[in-house]
Amino acid sequence: MINFLANPERFTRVTQPLRPWLAGFAGVFLVWGLYLCFASPEDYQQGDTVRIMYIHVPAAILSLAIYAAIGIASFFGLIFRHALADAAAKALAPIGAVFTGLALATGSLWGKPMWGTWWQWDGRMTSELVLFLLYVSYIALHASIEDEIRAAKSTAILAMVGLVNLPIIHYSVVWWSGLHQQNAIITVPDILWPLGIMFAGYACLAAWLFLIRLDSEILGRKYRALRARLTLN
Amino acid sequence: MDLDMGKYGLFVWGSFGLSFVALGGLTWLSLYVHAQRRKVLEALQQATEAK
Repeated sequence: MINFLANPERFTRVTQPLRPWLAGFAGVFLVWGLYLCFASPEDYQQGDTVRIMYIHVPAAILSLAIYAAIGIASFFGLIFRHALADAAAKALAPIGAVFTGLALATGSLWGKPMWGTWWQWDGRMTSELVLFLLYVSYIALHASIEDEIRAAKSTAILAMVGLVNLPIIHYSVVWWSGLHQQNAIITVPDILWPLGIMFAGYACLAAWLFLIRLDSEILGRKYRALRARLTLN
Repeated sequence: MDLDMGKYGLFVWGSFGLSFVALGGLTWLSLYVHAQRRKVLEALQQATEAK
């Protein structure tokens, strides 16, 4: 399947019909999720600030998931020389960076009224900040190297080294004590529904934007290849 | 549905507003770049075929 989709034309043909569906689902889930965010009851301790959780947690989960996807794509690009792997990783990076930035910002806006501080250098927040810096470094490194193949190799190595940060983020609340609460499985329907629907909306949005951006990368490569052919002729 | 967030209004609406701006901006930029690259490639392909 992975090799089947390595051909850019085939990849575009397979994924193009998916794009409007993903956009549609993203729209429906986000509108529904936003309604649930504000229709759900306030928390007995946190009051209305609990509503920030419905956008903070999905953003944080996606920040990790997207980086994991970049790491896997980088592995396939570097080791198996998969034709579209680097383009996929490059397309994902800005999406992941935005979700990570949102996780940090909304976390801060949630933390100030709840903990009395905008920031603490605890394990979870610090490692999430490191993740954001990894994303920014990845994007900057790719942009700074003109040769596509060298850029792909350098950024793939950076991405794979950065994978070590993901378990640190996840287990930070177990290994170190700090302000951030422990990982928890939510079973209360009033919280689970808005959280689940918002996550679905964010995930569909991220998937749609990924396919758009990957297609942009493919179009860019076609353009450069055609220009190079014309220059040779 | 009560949209009055009381003393937490700045934090709640700030979070949702920031998310809307960031994700909306990312969406707009992604679609814009995609449209531009398609336009430029089609123009080059048409120029090549014309030759």
